[in-house]
Amino acid sequence: MRKITYREAVREALREEMIRDARVFLLGEDIAEFGGSYKVTEGLLAEFGPERVRNTPISEAAIVGAALGAALMGMRPVAEIMYIDFIGIAMDQIVNQVAKVKYMFGGKARVPLVLRTQGGGGRSSGAQHAQSLEAWFVHVPGLKVVMPSTPYDAKGLLKSAIRDDNPVMFIEHKLLYATQGEVPDADYTVPLGVADVKRDGRDITVVATSRVVHLAMAAADRLATQGIEVEVVDPRTLVPLDEEAILASVKKTNRLVIAQEATPRCSVASEIAAIVTERAFDDLDAPIARVTALPTPVPFAPALEQHVLPDEEKLIAAVHAALQ
Amino acid sequence: MYRQMARIRMFEERAAELYRAGELPGFLHSSVGQEAVAVGVCAHLTPGDVITSTHRGHGHVIAKGARLDRMMAELYARETGYCRGKGGSMHIADLDLGILGANGIVGGGIPIAVGAALALRLRGERRVAVSFFGDGATNTGAFHEGLNLAAAWEVPCVFVCENNEYAESTSRRVHQRVKDVVTRAVAYDLPGTIADGMDVFSVYAVVGEAIARARQGRGPSFVEAKTYRFSGHHLGDPGTAYRSKEEVEVHRRRDPIKLFREKLVREGLASSAELEAIDGEVAAELEQAVRFARESPLPKPETALEDIYS
Repeated sequence: MRKITYREAVREALREEMIRDARVFLLGEDIAEFGGSYKVTEGLLAEFGPERVRNTPISEAAIVGAALGAALMGMRPVAEIMYIDFIGIAMDQIVNQVAKVKYMFGGKARVPLVLRTQGGGGRSSGAQHAQSLEAWFVHVPGLKVVMPSTPYDAKGLLKSAIRDDNPVMFIEHKLLYATQGEVPDADYTVPLGVADVKRDGRDITVVATSRVVHLAMAAADRLATQGIEVEVVDPRTLVPLDEEAILASVKKTNRLVIAQEATPRCSVASEIAAIVTERAFDDLDAPIARVTALPTPVPFAPALEQHVLPDEEKLIAAVHAALQ
Repeated sequence: MYRQMARIRMFEERAAELYRAGELPGFLHSSVGQEAVAVGVCAHLTPGDVITSTHRGHGHVIAKGARLDRMMAELYARETGYCRGKGGSMHIADLDLGILGANGIVGGGIPIAVGAALALRLRGERRVAVSFFGDGATNTGAFHEGLNLAAAWEVPCVFVCENNEYAESTSRRVHQRVKDVVTRAVAYDLPGTIADGMDVFSVYAVVGEAIARARQGRGPSFVEAKTYRFSGHHLGDPGTAYRSKEEVEVHRRRDPIKLFREKLVREGLASSAELEAIDGEVAAELEQAVRFARESPLPKPETALEDIYS
């Protein structure tokens, strides 16, 4: 099968959905001639023109609000927020408007809106360009939240998100854009709400999200040489969350480590730990462990950033501790 | 137009009575005094045109075509209300009527109207979007972001500022420096005009030009309607801590409904008897609406879990 990058996979999904459905259009900062800060939308202006690939002012609230207004009128906008860190400006629109209009209106609205953004550290981007803020959106009823880790998932999930009649937060990771993976030529989608077991194992489950899936896979390779078989489960979508897949894995391995790049308090890892504790406590042979960023802003200095973010070593240590 | 103004006035007054009698839960923000703006604007709109409204939105949605019985049922938190009891006074919406929602967040509807207008333009339709908001909203980021985007994209959107001189309790003298809110339109190169918001003819004339521009594809514009809120910010606020009796009295003398009636009679467009007959019909419609609401079922508790996702 051909291999393409995560960036190309996202772009292909956008392009194919724009061809498939004239109601799909893009809006965001610097997405047109410039092709986006991470070049995801490069070439789309030339193909689809300025009405469907719309540069916006630096106005995150207006980007999201305008996407909502267009969605309510039957369009299927895909808005880009350049960095998830900039999303604070748009939080009212996302939390009070986008997430709630359907409910507040007694069910009569449909909001087919995708909000693409990217987060994550590892490039010395500093505290305002490197956060992992997915938990903010997971917390709000009415939103779906997607965090793809591979090119295959990114393409298939984005196509599903664009075809979904609900608002979807689609959170990419800046360090994944250049990674490669197998993606078929044929049209396919990956359904929202279905986890993927990225690696089978019998000894311990590692549930990991976004870039941390790759850290978990690398850690699993190393642990395998020590005779420890790690099962890596990637939820892929955080809302809806495939609880059954996580529980099935825990019932098999009886041990659970949850790994994410976000800080720990009230995070997705905390939520998954709570679910497993409520629903599968008797299947656990060891306390659930969380591997997360330290509870600090993301520092600039590489030496500090590496210390704060999760890595393979921390994951391996957590697995060993859970197997004690 | 007279009937619509009477419907708004009587709906607000009846809702206030019912609220004080403890029949309605939640908040209620009365638009009494501001009826001429809602009616003067919406008289230009077709069912296909859309509006975004505010926390003080009863007048806008009535003027845009909402039924009083389903509105009252929503205020009564009943299953038959516009939002099945999930929205309440501040969130009445009906997409079929082009009402993209009243809104509990000041300024929140402005960017939504811009996006709706963009959708209309992308599809080549001659429909327009109107965003209602108050003077308080013109200090929010959403206002400035929304107006700038509308101007940059030349979308068919009309921004209608109902300047009632107070952002909740804070006087405009305190919350902004500009003498007229319309000054702010200049920053976005939008045509801006002031209307007398107590005179429905003035609103109708000024907004008519703005809506015609939008419909003809000549872009967005801004209207400042100078109006006044006769009651407090919400029922429960007498509105006296920050406004003098004299000030309120001066504005009450220019009651938009009284002015409208006087003009209709003076110019021979309608007789007092005809207007009273309309008042009687509206009163009957309203009582029917209250009866409908009272007799409607409460939402079943388990429906709280519905309508979150499609």
